[in-house]
Amino acid sequence: MSVATRNVLLFVAVGALIVSTGLTQSWNAALAIVNMGLLSAIMALGVNIQWGYAGLYNVGTMGFVALGGLAAVLVSIPPTEGAWQAGGFRILVALVFGALIIAAAAWVYKMLPRGRWRFVALAPLLVAGFVVYRLILDPAAAAVEAINPALQGNIGGLGLPVLLSWPVGGLLAAGAGWLIGKTALGLRSDYLAIATLGIAEIVIAVLKNEDWLGRGVKNIVDIPRPVPYEIDLQQSQGFLSFVSGIGADPAAASGIVVKLLYAGLFLAVLLILIWLSQAALNSPWGRMMRAIRDNEVAAAAMGKDVTRRHLQVFVLGCAVLGIAGAMLATLEGQLTPGAYQPLRFTFLIWVMVVVGGSGSNLGAVLGGFLIWYLWVQVEPWGNGLINLITAGMAEGSQFKQHLIDSAAHMRLVVMGVILILMLRFRPQGLIPGK
Amino acid sequence: MDLLNALVVFANFVLLPGITYGAQLALGALGATLVYGILRFSNFAHGDTMAFGTMATILVMWLLQAAGIGFGSLPTALLALPAGIVVAVLFVLATDRLVYRYYRRSKVNSLTLVMVSLGVMFVMNGIVRTIIGVDDRQFADGARFVFTAAQFREWTGLTESLALRTTQAVTLVVIVLVVAWLHWFLRRTRTGKSMRAFSDNENLALLSGVNPERVVMIVWMLSAALATLAGVLYGLDKSFRPFTYFQLLLPIFAAAVVGGFGSPLGAVAGGFVIAFSEIFVTYSFKKVFGYLLPVDWQPDGLAQLLTTDYKVAVSFTVLVLVLLFRPTGIFRGKSA
Amino acid sequence: MREVPGGSTTPFLIGRAMTGGYGGADILNGCTIAVEKGEIAVIVGPNGAGKSTAMKAVFGMLRLREGSVWLAGEDISRLQPQERVAKGMAFVPQTENVFTSMTVEENLEMGAFLRRDDFRPTMEQVYALFPILKQKRRQAAGELSGGQRQQVAFGRALMTEPSVLLLDEPTAGVSPIVMDELFDRIIDVARTGVTVLMVEQNARQALEIANRGYVLVQGANRFTGTGAELLANPEVRSTFLGG
Repeated sequence: MSVATRNVLLFVAVGALIVSTGLTQSWNAALAIVNMGLLSAIMALGVNIQWGYAGLYNVGTMGFVALGGLAAVLVSIPPTEGAWQAGGFRILVALVFGALIIAAAAWVYKMLPRGRWRFVALAPLLVAGFVVYRLILDPAAAAVEAINPALQGNIGGLGLPVLLSWPVGGLLAAGAGWLIGKTALGLRSDYLAIATLGIAEIVIAVLKNEDWLGRGVKNIVDIPRPVPYEIDLQQSQGFLSFVSGIGADPAAASGIVVKLLYAGLFLAVLLILIWLSQAALNSPWGRMMRAIRDNEVAAAAMGKDVTRRHLQVFVLGCAVLGIAGAMLATLEGQLTPGAYQPLRFTFLIWVMVVVGGSGSNLGAVLGGFLIWYLWVQVEPWGNGLINLITAGMAEGSQFKQHLIDSAAHMRLVVMGVILILMLRFRPQGLIPGK
Repeated sequence: MDLLNALVVFANFVLLPGITYGAQLALGALGATLVYGILRFSNFAHGDTMAFGTMATILVMWLLQAAGIGFGSLPTALLALPAGIVVAVLFVLATDRLVYRYYRRSKVNSLTLVMVSLGVMFVMNGIVRTIIGVDDRQFADGARFVFTAAQFREWTGLTESLALRTTQAVTLVVIVLVVAWLHWFLRRTRTGKSMRAFSDNENLALLSGVNPERVVMIVWMLSAALATLAGVLYGLDKSFRPFTYFQLLLPIFAAAVVGGFGSPLGAVAGGFVIAFSEIFVTYSFKKVFGYLLPVDWQPDGLAQLLTTDYKVAVSFTVLVLVLLFRPTGIFRGKSA
Repeated sequence: MREVPGGSTTPFLIGRAMTGGYGGADILNGCTIAVEKGEIAVIVGPNGAGKSTAMKAVFGMLRLREGSVWLAGEDISRLQPQERVAKGMAFVPQTENVFTSMTVEENLEMGAFLRRDDFRPTMEQVYALFPILKQKRRQAAGELSGGQRQQVAFGRALMTEPSVLLLDEPTAGVSPIVMDELFDRIIDVARTGVTVLMVEQNARQALEIANRGYVLVQGANRFTGTGAELLANPEVRSTFLGG
């Protein structure tokens, strides 16, 4: 069996799994898996660009995805009345000031020789800078947060079409990626991992606490949609007559139509990204990246600027993650900082990349779909299994109830076992990269 | 008097919590750093090992409590601790046998091992959540205080007061004992020296006849025991919640790296550095300043650099600063 | 099998007609290295001749395709390096041959790791041989100078009370004065009945103290003889000793 046939068969198999969900459960459920599968595929693609192309170990995926979500809010939400006058501009000043302090610190770091004096110069600069920054920021943030706190209390967005937030999310994440890459990419690989793990937690902490930005844990729940609302469809004459024409239930049909529209948008983005990254991989730039990945020392000896290339790849991967994050917030119509969990948004993506095949874009896509499918479906399977086991137990027994409650966590075990088995028996993944 | 009051406030809200938390981080970082020194990878499952060991201890504790066995004024969990450690050690040894050993023999690079530890992390996380659930649990019993704030006030007659909780006292005693024992073990015993030799120069240790499997087994046992100890003490002091333990991974790694990854002494120092940085930056000094500064110099705000929600940023910042200024850590660990 | 150099009786340690490499092409092409008990044998030759490889083959650090290694009349070809240590062989690698974070004394203790008897007397012998180590015994080995480190490395190897000491370029990177000192110590060690096999870049000085010398070229024996013979051989002099 040729490689191409096998790859096609793998995709067909995953497709069949999803179709079977449509047949046995509902098409709405199947399409929900497809949409999240598409998003997972894009996230896996982003990680794969960093890991597969350059061997960069980024476990801060969650942070970049969350930044994308923030972009969706900042672009699409209408501006809060009076927020800019109340403190928005002052916040902007504070942020610019903070950036200047950091730039100044970076300059001092570069100008002074290694050693104690560098530290002596930097520490007061950063501490004083931070205090002044807080003095500028705090009153302004408080003023913004005081505006209609039950519903708003944040700076609001630009009121632009939400689709625009997808590239903006990419830019935002890329900017953050650039900053982090500048500082951390020189580190050893497992230090980079620990550093990115921290970055992700910090991004989430910012989202949770800076209420003026995205309402913090009060959440933003009304991100406008790029597609019609189900309820509007159900009230539209044209839609109703179309639905009755094919003899479907309007409620279910409206859900399916909306999900299909999302799926179309997501698929378009995924295809563009795959096309771009394949083209990049096969360009001279991509060949150089692979040369660096395969032998960093040799590439450096040939005069390739390894750190610079790594930075480029890191930023690109972050951008893809940001795009996916904005799309995710668009799909969910909300930004809930508390929902960003590292297991789900970082490590699960890594399972997708490893299972799909490091360094392979198609593999990342396959892994994204397959692992998302399992992530969603293991839970009902676990429930089924537990029900079977507990069938003989006395009704209302505490132990039985405990088992039923905990079935949901089985999927973590399953994911771990899948990851361990893959690394052991097929470390190159289902669709190995070149 | 004002100075004394300021000192007492400082001791009660910064010093004591800092030492306690630092000791807990130090125990966690010790386990991670030992594994790094011998097996040469960052074990991402370490936070979940802490959660697993703590869970095992809590389960045994429930059995003891159900049987009506207590530990006097000390928490019952301490009585259950040895059993919890045994369970955690057995589980970790099983993961080594089933998972890690294969990679050790095929001499893979350290990133593959990190990735494998992610798999182990998922499994342990799932098991812990399945068995004990995801809720926040307080499991400290026995006497709550060694001495209370009221007692302290009575003794000293100061306005401000200081209380020493039992869990804090236990933590301090345990960290002193553990560090002393570990130091003796690594410096004085044949096994300890062989572990240091293995960590220093694996090939030469093999040439000297050190049995690698034995060293690896002992390091896993130590790491699991230390993780359980750290987890139980942290849980007694604060509370047990699987997700929190997973998040402790970051300050623990930061402590290990700050101290010099692979250096046990450094891990202890790093634990305290991280803990005090976190508490310092997130503590509101308003009250302390209130005693120290004249009235018109009083700060209006809380005199707090960051809200406590940003403590994760603190460990991260310390980590990055140390890596930038002194990549081998305070006590030269393994740089490569 | 080729004729064994050194006569008809089996030498104390011999690697016979060794052929093999680290996967890929063979580095050793049927070379034979032998040492009598208490003697010093030196392997010299141009870069890439397989000198170190030959010694590692004797120690079991590479799998031989053909040939065998015998120690005191016993075939040890199938034994792992660790097992050969137990048989009385000690190996001092060229680099990273001390535990840098451990004290000099702890380094010596690690040398005696497998011994269950009292190794204090051996340690005193090592200190007698290298007095500077006794002075610095509480200091970390990583803080010592290059020559002192080599002494620690020797000392660690001697702590097993080996019958054979294998030295991989013991004088690499040390000053000429230290080099002479190290060679003197190697003679001292051999006098105590320890068999020494070493690889050396400083061929002339090494051959001066050698009972037996081997000139390897492309993994095969080119010249064999006593140290003096090789030093006197005009072809060896002009090609390998720089005139």
